[in-house]
Parts: sequence; structure tokens; C-alpha cells
Amino acid sequence: MIATCPECAAEITLPDDTMESEIIVCPECGAELEVISLEPPTLALAPEVEEDWGE
Amino acid sequence: MRIGVLCSRIRAEEKLLFSELERRGLMFEKIDDREQIFDLHQREYPFDVVLERAIQHSRALYMLKILNDAGVPTVNSYRVALTCGDKFLTTQALVHAEVPTPACLLAFTPESALEAMEQLGYPVVLKPVIGSWGRMVSKINDRDAAEAILEHRDVLGNYQHSIFYIQEYVDKPGRDIRSFVVGDECIAAIYRTSDHWITNTARGGVASNCPVSPELAELSIRAAQAVGGGVVAIDLLETRDGRMLVNEVNYTMEFRNSIETTGVDIPARMIDYLVAVGQGR
Repeated sequence: MIATCPECAAEITLPDDTMESEIIVCPECGAELEVISLEPPTLALAPEVEEDWGE
Repeated sequence: MRIGVLCSRIRAEEKLLFSELERRGLMFEKIDDREQIFDLHQREYPFDVVLERAIQHSRALYMLKILNDAGVPTVNSYRVALTCGDKFLTTQALVHAEVPTPACLLAFTPESALEAMEQLGYPVVLKPVIGSWGRMVSKINDRDAAEAILEHRDVLGNYQHSIFYIQEYVDKPGRDIRSFVVGDECIAAIYRTSDHWITNTARGGVASNCPVSPELAELSIRAAQAVGGGVVAIDLLETRDGRMLVNEVNYTMEFRNSIETTGVDIPARMIDYLVAVGQGR
């Protein structure tokens, strides 16, 4: 699967086991991206960490 | 069995848990908190058990409350999430269960917080009561630093930042311990080693296996029971005189760095527990 980085327009190859809502890092610009769709493979900038995020 | 998984962002941990569910042929429904609309008059939900893996504490709390009130068991429960998600409530639970934990003072104004720090003696650690991954946790070495950070918190923060949770700084040996408790068993533990006093692996701490001694297991299980049990990760500090103190308890534990390190299949143990809860055991 190939998707485009919304930040730098790089073409990113997604592994076969990629899931919706997964976070990946663009290998070219380092932006944190969320997989918002697999059909077609689509990426968006991941939301910023909020204060109550965590484990 | 009807299994739900509360989640939004899919971390490595969620992928491992989904794989384990699929490996066992267990069907599950992902409940993405960003897409849900909850009818608060609805009093039944079609699940035998729900696994909570939300990344956002406030949403996790509300969703767990809705499910538990409808009689759906969750891993973990609303009570556990409420207690572990707030460091003040965690400390209260540990203290009242007589689980050893660092000295800790609470104050509500910058002036009384400064007085509390002087009482405790520098260095002290100031923490937001809600938050994770070591974010905004400050080691304060002297009065000048205390005054500076208290003024910043007072001016820049929201109301949560005017709750001053002040903990004794424990001079630990360059590492802390994270243990993993599932039900009534401490299944594994790691050391988190760092040159920095913050040892979270999310902040660069390096994981290595920590043998689960009877003492560590007993203390971890007592800490887990103090907050209500379930599947939790306990952060412990070793003192120079050989004691162990429970620092925090995490209710949506991250474990990606701990499976190979410990040799324990943590997601499999979590799913065993989830299934047992779903079967009413």
C-alpha cells in the first residue's frame, strides 16, 4: 500500500498489517501521521498529544 | 463471546492485543471514542466484556462509567481508571491500604505549595495529578526554582495546575521498576534505566528484565488491589536503604518494550484475563 504524506508529499509504503487509526512517522519529514483510511490508503496529520493522554 | 475494545489511536499495544484476539478466533468490535454518540438513557449494551484501551483518560472514564452502570464488565473498571488516572486518588488508595509510597503533600495555592516544599525538603517532585509519560513532572532543587515554577503554573495553567501534588524525591539507583499485574498475579517486571531522573520508556528509559522476587510480587499485588485490581502496571522506586515504594499505578498499560525483555507473552495473559471476566469468572 502506498500513501502520500500530507505534510511533505512523500510517497510512503505502508506495511501489510497496517490498521486504521494507527500512527506512523513519515520517513522523509518526520511528521506523525494517522492512517485514516486503508481503501484507499490515506494519511492525515496525527492529533497533538493532549494533557490527559497516557497509559 | 461479545467483546468490545474501547480505543482511538492504535498503538503497538493495541495491534498486539488485536492479533491475540484474532489468533484465538475471538470476534471483537472496536469502539472508537471519536465516532461514538452515547445515549445516556440507554441502559443496555451488547457486550459480555469490554477492554479499555483509550489513550485519553477523560473519555475512558466516561465510557467505562456508562458501560459499568449498564452492567457490562470492563478491563479495567471505572473505579480502577478513576483511581489510577489521578495521582492524588492513587496516593490516597495506597496510603489507606498501607502500601509503601513516597511522602506526598497536597496544597491549593502557590504560597502553601511553597511552604509544603520547604517542609518536605528539596529536592521535591511536583506533578500534575492527571497526565502520563512523565509530562510536566518537575524536579525542584531549591526555593528559587520552586518560586519560578509555581508562578508559571499559577499564571499559565488551568484549574488542574492549581492542585499542587508534591512528592518526596526518591534518590533511586538510576532506574525504577515497572511490574505488570494481571488479576492476582504479578506476571513480569522490567527495570527502566536512564541517566535522566525521569525513567519512562516513553522518555528514553531503557528496559531490561527485572526478576520478580516474592517481595516485588507481593507489593505489586497489594498495590493493584489497593486501586481495585484488574490489569495494571505498577511503577516502583528503590530507596538507597533497600526499601521499595510504589510510585504510580497505570490502568491502560503500555508493554511493547517488555515482551521480549521479560519473555512473558503479556498480551496473551491480558486476553486470558479478559475472557475470564467475560465468562463471569
